[in-house]
Amino acid sequence: MSAATGHALGLRGLTRRYGSFVAVDDVSLEVGQGEFLTLLGPSGSGKTTILMAVAGFVAPSEGAVLLDGQDITPLPPEKRNFGMVFQGYALFPHMTVAENVAFPLRVRGMSRAERDEKVRGALDLVQLAAFAGRLPKQLSGGQQQRVALARALVFDPNLLLLDEPLSALDKKLRAELQEELKALHRRIGRTFINVTHDQEEALSLSDRIAILNHGKLVQAGAPGALYDRPRTRFVADFLGKSNFLEGVVRQPHPGGFMLEAGAAQLVVALPDGEPPPAAGARSLLSLRPEKITVLAEGEAAENIVEGRIVSWAYLGAGFSLRIETAGLGEIRANLPTWRSAFAPAEGLPVRLGWRAEAAVPVAEDVA
Amino acid sequence: MSSVGRPGIGWWLLILPAFALLLVFYIAPIVQVLTISVTEPSLGFGNYQRILTSSAVQRVIMTTLRICLITTVLALLLGYAIAYAITLASPRARGWWVLAVLVPLWISVLVRAFAWVTLLRRQGLINNTLIEAGVITDPLPLVWNEFGIVVGMVHYMVPFAVLPMLSSMREIDPRLLAAARGLGASRGEVFRHVFLPLSLPGVIAAAVLVFIFTLGFYITPAILGGGKTLMVAEWISLQILDLIRWGLGTMMATVLVLAILVTLAVFSRVVDLRRIFGAGA
Repeated sequence: MSAATGHALGLRGLTRRYGSFVAVDDVSLEVGQGEFLTLLGPSGSGKTTILMAVAGFVAPSEGAVLLDGQDITPLPPEKRNFGMVFQGYALFPHMTVAENVAFPLRVRGMSRAERDEKVRGALDLVQLAAFAGRLPKQLSGGQQQRVALARALVFDPNLLLLDEPLSALDKKLRAELQEELKALHRRIGRTFINVTHDQEEALSLSDRIAILNHGKLVQAGAPGALYDRPRTRFVADFLGKSNFLEGVVRQPHPGGFMLEAGAAQLVVALPDGEPPPAAGARSLLSLRPEKITVLAEGEAAENIVEGRIVSWAYLGAGFSLRIETAGLGEIRANLPTWRSAFAPAEGLPVRLGWRAEAAVPVAEDVA
Repeated sequence: MSSVGRPGIGWWLLILPAFALLLVFYIAPIVQVLTISVTEPSLGFGNYQRILTSSAVQRVIMTTLRICLITTVLALLLGYAIAYAITLASPRARGWWVLAVLVPLWISVLVRAFAWVTLLRRQGLINNTLIEAGVITDPLPLVWNEFGIVVGMVHYMVPFAVLPMLSSMREIDPRLLAAARGLGASRGEVFRHVFLPLSLPGVIAAAVLVFIFTLGFYITPAILGGGKTLMVAEWISLQILDLIRWGLGTMMATVLVLAILVTLAVFSRVVDLRRIFGAGA
């Protein structure tokens, strides 16, 4: 597990049908060397099928899987040299921790002495050296997960594939292991491909996220880019929470446009180079709750909407507010609690404000 | 003594009828019959001495053990292959496979034994076919010997071998097999290192079941052995019904019962079931 360089993976028009059901629909994706990519989507979105096709357990109906540019589609799983952490870990119950980790080395015909050393190294890496003689049943969920990781990494795999690796753990442990997984990725510099339906996990772990829905790749990009500039309503809604504002485009110009939404006129700024929609077209905006502020007396903002608090909740780090606005319907806003000047109350009239670049035009999903 | 202090009394009353029934109609007659082995023809262990002195008695016991062991091994091998195939089959095919395994169980053991006789005898289907094909000139001795008995008994026992092994194999998480392949194991290695060890509890259960079952076989060896190869059960019947030597017959019956109990005891001692089934300490 020295500083080996990671490998690049490519998917070309990957499609998998089960009868008339299309589980994966024409997905093309590049994963760079040493990248941590997460396939994110709701259940049934095809993310696991893609991972299984990469691992070689599912034969694609069409398309190809490439490793460093070479087509590996016809290779059986045992010839691909990919490490995999299965959902539920799939540790061999009749083998000790050390035997589990030694398994991939044993089937590769490695000598006992060499094997023992590698197993020790891998168990050290996940801080489980003291548990080498235990059976999987005698370990906690988090420990089992780490054994599965050690077993998947011990043979210097070309790629590490993770199928919902943290889903069986409780929230606190999950956060802990997320950090460990991220540190591990940095340390060994391999290409990781992770599958999850947990958007927080995806955001915190990944270099890049590919969002899937109904078997199609909806959008791929760095977590920040996806979160700040979702391209469709689905992405905006699935990754974090969002308000959706619908209206008609007025006065488009390079760098932005005005949106007439209900009684309100909203200023929308676009990033450089993005063409504005045509005047008169309908447009949908995604507006993150935490990008909205409650304006103090006399405070100005590019967009201002008035309303009343319908309900509110204290969340420790912030307030979550539901506000009935004059022209835009109900809007959710999250405020940090350190703005202590503000004390929410039901029925309290508020002025909401947000910057022109806070709201992002998104496409309505095609069903 | 208050009734609260003895919560067991109601429970004992509830099982009393069943216990009495068992005692009167099952345990008492067995004990009575087995007692004959130390009272006939004279009081003492004279009948049991025959195990050490009589070569006829020894031969019957050895023949029975040999046939039972061979039958058990063959039934396990065949049963394992069938159970493995069923486990890997698609859910639809699996139903048909299980049906095919179970159907023979519903056919009378007599019918099955005579069916084997028609297949295996000198002018039977197999010998005739082989002679007509010119493979052999004289019919092979396929029945009325140990070979015939083993064929009939294996046929009878295969479903009993399949079912415990199948249930044990069905409990193996398919993800373990996928994981093993993903980690670089070929299909053969997956079988050897993962599937086989995890299916062992079923194999052991099947082995004990089949072996104990075969020890007491009566009809199949009687028909397919043709009276020439005697197993314990037929020998007991011969002693009691034909030779009216009740003492000797019941002695062997006692030995048979003890052999079964010892097999079970050894099994539960030697094999730590909890460990086999992967339960943690």
